[in-house]
Amino acid sequence: MSLFFIVALPFFGALLPGLMNAAGRSACAGVTFTVSLAAFIGLLTNLPSVLAGDVLTARIDWMPSLGLNFTLMLDGLGFFFAFLILGIGLLIIAYARHYLSRDDNMGEFFTYLLLFQGAMVGIVLSDNILLLLVFWELTSLSSFLLIGYWKHLPEGRQGARMALAVTGMGGLAMIAGMLMLGQIAGSYDLSVILENRALIQTDPLYTPALVLILLGCFTKSAQFPFHFWLPHAMAAPTPVSAYLHSATMVKAGIFLMARMWPVLSGTPEWFVIVTTAGLVTMVLGAVIALFKHDLKALLAFSTVSHLGLITMLLGTGTAFGAMAAMFHILNHATFKAALFMSAGIIDHETHTRDIRRLGGLRRLMPVTFVIATLAALSMAGIPFLNGFLSKEMMLEEATHTVLFGTPWLVPALAISGSLFSAAYCFRLIGHTFFGPVRDDYPSNPHDPGPGLWLPPSILVTLVVVIGMAPFLAEPFVKLVTASVLGNAAELPKAYFKIWHGLVPALFMSVAAVVGGLLVMVVFTPLLRLWETTPRPEAKAIFDALVATAVRLARGLILPLHNGAFTRYAAIGAITIVAAGFHAWKTGTVAPPTREVQAAGPVLVAGWLMLVAATGGLVFMHRNRFFSLILIGIVGLMVSIGFIFFSAPDLAMTQFTVEVVTIILLLLALNFLPKRTPMESSVLRRVRDAGVAAIGGLATFTLAYHYLLRDAVGTPISEFHLANSYKGGGGTNVVNVILVDFRGFDTYGEIIVLGIAALLIYALTETLLGGRVRARLLNRKPDQQRAGEMHPMMMVVLTRVIMPLVLMVGFYIFLRGHNEPGGGFIAGLIVSIAVVMQYMASGFAWASARLKYPYHGVIGAGVLIAGLTGIGSWFVGKPFLTSDFTYVRIPPFEKFELATAALFDLGVFLAVVGAVMLSLESFSRLARRAHMPESEHPMDIDPSRDDPPHLETGPAREGA
Amino acid sequence: MTHWIIAPVVLPALLAPFIVLAARYHIGIQRAFSVAGVLALIAIAASLSWQVSDGSVLLYQLSDWAAPFGIVIVGDRLSTLMVLLTSALALFVLLYSIGSGWDDRGRHFHALFQFQLMGIMGAFLTGDLFNLFVFFEVLLIASYGLMIHAGGNTRLRAGVQYVLFNLIGSTLFLFALGSIYAETGTLNMADLAQRASLIGAEETVGIRVAAVLLILVFAIKAALLPLHFWLPSSYAEAPAPVAALFAIMTKVGAYAIIRVYTMIFPPDLEATAGLHDTWLLPAALVSLFIGMVGVLAARKLDRLVAFSVIGSMGMVMVAISLFTPAGTAAALYYIVHSTLAGAALFLISDLVRTGRADLNLTAQAPMAGTALTAGLFFAGAIAMAGLPPLSGFLGKLLVLDAAFETDLVVWIWAVVLGSSLINIVGFARAGSVMFWKAHGFAPPADTPADTPADAPALPRPATLSYVAVGGLLSLLVAHTVFAGQVHRYTTTIAEQLYAPDSYIATVLDTPGKLSTPKEEH
Repeated sequence: MSLFFIVALPFFGALLPGLMNAAGRSACAGVTFTVSLAAFIGLLTNLPSVLAGDVLTARIDWMPSLGLNFTLMLDGLGFFFAFLILGIGLLIIAYARHYLSRDDNMGEFFTYLLLFQGAMVGIVLSDNILLLLVFWELTSLSSFLLIGYWKHLPEGRQGARMALAVTGMGGLAMIAGMLMLGQIAGSYDLSVILENRALIQTDPLYTPALVLILLGCFTKSAQFPFHFWLPHAMAAPTPVSAYLHSATMVKAGIFLMARMWPVLSGTPEWFVIVTTAGLVTMVLGAVIALFKHDLKALLAFSTVSHLGLITMLLGTGTAFGAMAAMFHILNHATFKAALFMSAGIIDHETHTRDIRRLGGLRRLMPVTFVIATLAALSMAGIPFLNGFLSKEMMLEEATHTVLFGTPWLVPALAISGSLFSAAYCFRLIGHTFFGPVRDDYPSNPHDPGPGLWLPPSILVTLVVVIGMAPFLAEPFVKLVTASVLGNAAELPKAYFKIWHGLVPALFMSVAAVVGGLLVMVVFTPLLRLWETTPRPEAKAIFDALVATAVRLARGLILPLHNGAFTRYAAIGAITIVAAGFHAWKTGTVAPPTREVQAAGPVLVAGWLMLVAATGGLVFMHRNRFFSLILIGIVGLMVSIGFIFFSAPDLAMTQFTVEVVTIILLLLALNFLPKRTPMESSVLRRVRDAGVAAIGGLATFTLAYHYLLRDAVGTPISEFHLANSYKGGGGTNVVNVILVDFRGFDTYGEIIVLGIAALLIYALTETLLGGRVRARLLNRKPDQQRAGEMHPMMMVVLTRVIMPLVLMVGFYIFLRGHNEPGGGFIAGLIVSIAVVMQYMASGFAWASARLKYPYHGVIGAGVLIAGLTGIGSWFVGKPFLTSDFTYVRIPPFEKFELATAALFDLGVFLAVVGAVMLSLESFSRLARRAHMPESEHPMDIDPSRDDPPHLETGPAREGA
Repeated sequence: MTHWIIAPVVLPALLAPFIVLAARYHIGIQRAFSVAGVLALIAIAASLSWQVSDGSVLLYQLSDWAAPFGIVIVGDRLSTLMVLLTSALALFVLLYSIGSGWDDRGRHFHALFQFQLMGIMGAFLTGDLFNLFVFFEVLLIASYGLMIHAGGNTRLRAGVQYVLFNLIGSTLFLFALGSIYAETGTLNMADLAQRASLIGAEETVGIRVAAVLLILVFAIKAALLPLHFWLPSSYAEAPAPVAALFAIMTKVGAYAIIRVYTMIFPPDLEATAGLHDTWLLPAALVSLFIGMVGVLAARKLDRLVAFSVIGSMGMVMVAISLFTPAGTAAALYYIVHSTLAGAALFLISDLVRTGRADLNLTAQAPMAGTALTAGLFFAGAIAMAGLPPLSGFLGKLLVLDAAFETDLVVWIWAVVLGSSLINIVGFARAGSVMFWKAHGFAPPADTPADTPADAPALPRPATLSYVAVGGLLSLLVAHTVFAGQVHRYTTTIAEQLYAPDSYIATVLDTPGKLSTPKEEH
């Protein structure tokens, strides 16, 4: 079967368990089993070519530019691991079917399990190290989900997070390491990398790359000092522990070390780091395991210890060590998975995993007893079981390993590791199965159905068979070892056999077993000693670390983002000025190219007024109405400035905008207190003043600099001046720029205006729908209201003026193209005419006479402008292209018709609509307040007898 | 003459006023037109992208005036990619807002949505710097309207900060434009590119300050530290679909930086050397770091996502600030990823909000549809944290790979990978407490046991909402599966950007109205 299928099957199969969940637990487990079985058989079909020594590859390009391709490779090593993953996976699936209770969501469980399986197979079959990274992180993620599978258990959640954090960190480190490795080798393909041992080991990046990759391996394979996550991962359901955390995932780190062995090993760095970590882990894990009372915790630490053993073997860098490592991986996978499953059975049947509450199960659960005892004895290194063989090879290797120049160090540590290993195995057997039968088990223990004991017994059979007849495993292990070694070393000649003669390893082995028995004899005092010795609790440290990180993060982030806008603005302003200053300081300045113009008395007066108004604003801004007047002065001076620079259009616009803005602001201020409260401290105001002064100074300097210098080329405005009549048909350049040269900008700006009005409307609408409405309704005017709200004089005056103003607006609109004016100004003028009616006779009266809703006016305006633009498409011209012609309709003079006028109409409508909609929105707020409404245009009308119903507003009724 | 290139701007610009004019009281009609408009946009954007994929540059002279005197719309690989991304994002965001009913909780949602699209599209397509300002204004005011859609006190307050900070940005934009115009006398980008290179070494302060002010404007939009303060609360408080749409808004800033600082002020321009090419990268690294630390610090899910957006923009900016073709190609790949992932996460957090009282990261009773929402959150978190198998991981690899040659490589790698770890821890904590801890959740002892039985059951999110989120996530999956093709394309984009001659020539050498002046009467 194609390698792609083997990898892809579990991933695609992961969709099935969730689907089959409703069909029952057996169906769910059945499809999962079938999927795994299919992948397993697929793998086996490749066995002949692997045995023949071929390396199968398959490749699909994914990101060739990055060097990340979907490249798979199957050699002896890959086959070995894939065989373990899929083979043990099948047993686990069968076991889990009977292990999980009815309350557990089996579909979810098997989905995660298959995802994990796929990721794991992906790791061992990857030929591309970046692809390997992808699968690597996927195992972390799926293991996160599996550990946290029992969501209600806090241990599960915490264990899952811890595992993710630790292995995730390692994964990230490994990303860096792998990228370096790829950069050195020039390719991310393993087949290339493995050929470049010399190149890689002499590169200056070798050491950092090695450390980073090993960080990934060590975290994954729970090597000291990252071993602590594994025991906490045992909160997972037992099938997960057996599968991920003993047989497969934790071997991923070891797999990678084996995979990279030809290129990374053999250097002093590799030897010291890997061997030391392995030795320490081996001894430490074994010692801790001895004193654990939870069966799974004991097994977890024993796994840590054995992983250390394998790591140490790989670290020595010899071919024999590598072979021993491969053999032990096989053996460990068999006996440890069997032990985990046995622990699960005991937990399942007695409802406890605490060794102190167990004992005497030998008679009650004979089948489990046999399975667990055989597996544990193998782990202890008792002859005729497979653990003995690889352990002896380890001891043999240890005698040849000299670390830190001390020949006895490695053998001594190896013996003590084996000793404690034997001890905890004996304790496991003794304290669980031997001793008197108790009568206080939490449940009534008996052997489970074959669904639970059959899978481990298959494994134990292997334990015994390999242990009795090691030559059966020899060719296979040698095949695997050969693919580990690659071209880097010769395959060792040693044979697998039980009896090697009276070699040192045998004595060491005997010493370890005897020592283990002795330790058991003095176990009780030892335990007391252990429990009184203070030792660092990894979980507490880890939790404290995360808590500290969170506290630090909060200490950094929360005060920084406390919502104080003045601070945000101050930081922003200082940043801007600082960056600008830096740019200024590092540049060069040439003398000015322009003369400073003389300032006449009028200019100085205007300038002084501007300064006075702005300065006054700073000091008097708390009085809102007064500041509005000052803002008016500023606006006026700006308008005059426009006139001074010969831009009457802009001046007119500015004037009208000022009028409209002031009216709208007055309306808005109506709802606010008359004074702004003092909110910031003196210190903060000093700070803000400083920032403002710096910003102002910087702006001044910059403006002054630019004003005295010419542009590097002719400004485009020269072109506009020269071509406005010729190409745009208008002598008013500003207007032609607005509607023709840069009509698209204007189009955008009227849209901005329209949106702003819609926005004001939407805002008031939501305000009126919320709590604010009640506040408005119950608002008491803080000042005396005018005695006459709609004075007759004003009503009459505005009525009279209205046609005149409309006429002016129309005139301004029409003359726009050639003289100052245009749709924008006309729109503002017409709005003012209408606004006056509102002011004179009140909102209710005016809006009752409204024929066209202002939303529609805005929409129509924007639409007309847009459609005018599109109109030019029909004559094959781009959007907004204007055209004009001169027509003569007697008895009028010849006059110009420009499409730009139509566009200007859109502008006009949008402006009118926007202004009026804003006004209307504010008025709606006002209307709900204590404002009696009148259906009459004015309060006092000589022609009318009935007095206006001043006291009958809805608000009054409620009051 | 073909007008397709301006259609992404004109279509929503006509649709929006039409909706206001004709359908403002009919949410059904609004929805129909809005969706139809976005579907049309996708089709147009796809065809435009296909047209320019051979490296050609589409030019559109508005009002028929030639550049630099009139405004031009320019479609090249980069701008059409962004347009396509925006329209695809818009579709799913729109579907979500319809499914969740967000669009009916205030007025004028669809009109503002279309205007917002018009602003974004215009910003991506325009070839004129002042016109870019206009579109910034359009998208700012429309986004403000969308942000405070449906009202509420905290939202309005956040909205005020949002609009104020961005008005500072707009003012700065005007300063920058004034400076640039004073220095060069032009506003067209292609023309600017030519004139900026004419500025001699004897006086560089003017152009240097102008270049810096301009990049700061874009940095505000891109939420680069320390100019990011407007983002966390406004994105967190904005209605979820709006926040999701905003995922593209930060990219407008990133786009503008890419465009302007490869063409007008390229890294090899002597006059502006030693500025953004020096400090942009550190600022980006700080952004990335602070964003991811914010993920760990957040107490609410919406703020967590907002900070992850800052972090992910930091990542984009790291790649951009390498100012190499490889870096830009990586940045563009990551921009697509970051947009989709950020948007998906905002929508997912709204799914969570639907089923819970609030978004506080505390244990609460399990919500309706937990399993599906949790699954989506897991996927979104994986994407945002840059873990395999989603495109965030590939993007991260690309950035790391592109950074290999730089001096700051150790810093970049350390911050990128270190902040990933912080991010993973942050997301794992949040997900664990929201989705897992709920299963062990018991109501506090002091709550009265007889809670009113008639308390309204929290609703299950609508199917359409899930479809929208699923759509975004499947786009992410596609972005991953076709990563090779996408990256090859972004590489060609980067090549086009770093060799802007054909762009400049197309813009400046195409005759307009000038060449055929009208007869005088």
